Amino acid sequence: MGFWLFIILLAVGYFIGKAKEQAHFKRLRVDEAALSHIVESNLKTVPEYYQSGGALVSGNVVVAVDYFKVFASTLKMIFGGKLRSYETLMERARREALVRLKKQADAMGADAVFNVRFEFSAIGQQPKMGGVELLAYGTAVKRFEGFGKRA
Amino acid sequence: MNDIILTNLETVPGRNMTQHLGLVQGNTVRAKHVGRDIMAGLKNIVGGELRGYTELLDDARKEAMNRMIEQARERGANAVINIRFSTSSVTAGASELYCYGTAVLVE
Repeated sequence: MGFWLFIILLAVGYFIGKAKEQAHFKRLRVDEAALSHIVESNLKTVPEYYQSGGALVSGNVVVAVDYFKVFASTLKMIFGGKLRSYETLMERARREALVRLKKQADAMGADAVFNVRFEFSAIGQQPKMGGVELLAYGTAVKRFEGFGKRA
Repeated sequence: MNDIILTNLETVPGRNMTQHLGLVQGNTVRAKHVGRDIMAGLKNIVGGELRGYTELLDDARKEAMNRMIEQARERGANAVINIRFSTSSVTAGASELYCYGTAVLVE
């Protein structure tokens, strides 16, 4: 009974988790393309052709790995090496946080976000729950009208 | 929402700083609640975003930031610069969200 439950959870995790991950990456590509007019940078100094002022923008997301990936990575940890499942988890979280930050900047009509920083924290009891929180924050600024505006 | 300029840059772009009013900070410790935890546990089978936690942390961070803004206002500042966020887990199931910056007066 316990064994079959384990197999079912693995299968559910593998198939649904994979489908959801692919859907997420697809959505990320669409969102990133739609927000590509906003320039992000981790520079601390803002060039003169941006207007004075600026506002803090941020985006956060909590993403978890699926049951199959937890199992697969536990096995993988015996031998060490690259943990692909956690690589994609971090990538999803980071890109999603950045997309949310840019959405906030876009809603304000900003043209660029400076000093973008990422803050990471692990959620839940490790290693059973592989959830991670990613926060991206930065300062959104507007360009002066007609000052080398990107087409 | 408020009249105070918030930025994580070291200066406010295009504005001159006239006075430093010191470090201002805000924190909050939040625990996740059981209902959300059960949902998150189920969600953990298939992976993906744990929306309950995203909202929880977002709310908590906003509260920490409001406390910081309140402090800045008490000191008569009109901007908070060089804002940083940090997160630390206090015990299992609870985390502290901390937000700090420098309160300044700009022209």
